[in-house]
Formats: sequence, structure tokens, C-alpha cells
Amino acid sequence: MSDMPSELTVSLWRGAEQGRYETYRVPRRDSQTVLDVVTFVQRHLDPTLSYRFACRVGVCGSCAMTVNGRPRWTCRTHVSKVAKGGRLEIGPLENLPVIKDLATDMREFFEKWQQAKGVFAPSKTRHDAIEQIRPDSAERLAADAAIECINCGVCYAACDTVRWNSDYLGPAALNRAWTLVNDERDGANVARLEAVAASGGCHACHSHQACQEHCPQALNPTASIAGLKRRTMAAYLRGEIKA
Amino acid sequence: MNVRLYVWQRLTAALMLPLVLLHIAVIFYASRKGMTAADILARTRGSIVWASFYGVFVVAVAIHAAIGVRNVLAEWSPLADRGAGIFAIAFGIALLILGLRAVAAVTL
Repeated sequence: MSDMPSELTVSLWRGAEQGRYETYRVPRRDSQTVLDVVTFVQRHLDPTLSYRFACRVGVCGSCAMTVNGRPRWTCRTHVSKVAKGGRLEIGPLENLPVIKDLATDMREFFEKWQQAKGVFAPSKTRHDAIEQIRPDSAERLAADAAIECINCGVCYAACDTVRWNSDYLGPAALNRAWTLVNDERDGANVARLEAVAASGGCHACHSHQACQEHCPQALNPTASIAGLKRRTMAAYLRGEIKA
Repeated sequence: MNVRLYVWQRLTAALMLPLVLLHIAVIFYASRKGMTAADILARTRGSIVWASFYGVFVVAVAIHAAIGVRNVLAEWSPLADRGAGIFAIAFGIALLILGLRAVAAVTL
């Protein structure tokens, strides 16, 4: 890339809820990711910078940040894709409390997974025969379409409904619930459908689709939530769940 | 919004869809024909069909609009779910009274 600038101007959020953007100059390199830029600042310019990452290859979901106004997984976001005029503004994820600098407190995000009953509830013991799941069954296909979530929180940060309704469970937790609703081995679907049909559950979604627009795994949580709306409505009308 | 309110809002929406279309068609018909208030009242007075049509319409509107207003208040005002719910019930009852009064005025 002959027209590549030799240096990037990078603004990083410093502080907690109260703070400000500070500017750093970072050398521009080939195939550089946004996470590489943040790491360079911490290793070479200011070791007090706090941020979170682990795998660096888009599996662990730890390194999501707000990059030039959009939530992104920084380890798989190339600088060449997002740096406008050699400038980057990197902040913590929105809709979550900031602990320090680029690290957010993700407790409420994961607590909502628990509230949405996002945990597999076995219906058999080790003494029972293994359940046969056909790969082409409708339930398995629906679960497959939503299963690759890496819990990065990008959808939660992008969601307008989360922004104005603190009780809303959010796209990731509801997407997870949808995969379990379609898991034939799971034995807790009445409780799960009741959990996601309550106030703050799937019916709070306005289908803005920011979650599927921003999801780095190209999942569609809006479609999963629409599935939950249909499934909970049918269960409610049949008297299987209470409101 | 929970599943109970969601079901009521969707069911009343489905019910209102044909009613709204017919209501608009009636407005077009009455205005294109140049009907006067007296002409219209002559057709609606004592009509069980028109009383039922607009009676059902008013009930559906009162339920549907009240749930919508509750959601707007719960999401955008400082009112919590309970306060928004009380306001929405009062709003729905007001719509119901005003609407049924109007239906009674043209059909009785």
C-alpha cells in the first residue's frame, strides 16, 4: 500500500464514566488490526492503559470496543477498513458501565443470559440413550443459525432498546435462549419461555436490527427474537406459560 | 411489554385491519355521494350492523391504543411500568367512553 500513511492519529478513551479522549501517534503497519493499535499504545506509549483481550483471533469475544462510533471486534477489524484519513477514535462499548479506559463491566450482560435461562438444562441422565438429532430437522437448523455467538457484547452495545430500557434482556441473551428453545434435549423450556415472555423480554424488541447489522459473526438475533415472539405467543395461547 | 399485552395488541391490530379499510371506504363513499349528515343518520339510526361495526372498532381501538401508549410511556417517560399501566388504563377507558358515546349518538 504505497499511499498508506506512516502514522495513525489515535484517540483513546481514558478514565471511567467520567473521562476524555487522549490522542496518541501509532506507526502504521501492513495488516494492522485495531487491537494491534491499542496494544501498541499500551506496550510502548502508556502502560497504564486498560483494555481486554485474550485470543486475538475472533473466538473469545473479549476485545469488543467502539471504533469510530461503531461497536466492533477489534482483533478482526483491520485498520485499513475503518481508519478515515489515518484517524481512529476508540472507546469502550456503549450501554455498559465503564470500569476504566476501554474495559467495560460486563456483569449485567452475562446476568441477563442467566435471566433468559441461557443455560442448557439436561432432560436425561448418562444412563439414557443418546438423543438422536437429525442435522436437517427444522429445530436443529434454527439452532445452527444462531449458535455461533461469541458473547462479545457488540449487539448489546448497538441496541437502541437496551439503551432506553435497562430491563431489556438484549439480543445476545435472547438469541441464546432461542438456540435452547430449539434444542430437543433441553428440559427447561416452559421456564425459559416464561422468562423471555416477561416484561423486558423478547416483546420489548422493536426490530431495529442493529444487532444483526453489527454482529461480527453475521448472526441475526432479530430473527431469533422474532422466533421467540412466535413461540411464546403460541405457548401463551395454548395455556402452557403464564404472563 | 409482556406476552399478554403483546397478544392483545396484535389481536386487536388484526381485528382493526379490515375495519379500518371498510371505515375509509365508507368515508369515500359518503363524500363521493355528497351525503348530508341527515342522509347518514337516516342509514345508521337503528342499525344493528353499524352499531356492531363501530362498537367493535371502538373497543379494539381502546385496547390497542392504550397498550401502545403504555409502551411509549414506559420506555420514554420517567413513569415505571406500574405508573404507565395506570395512565394507559385511564386513557383506554376515556377512549372507550368517548367512542361508545359517539356510536350511540349515530345509531340510537
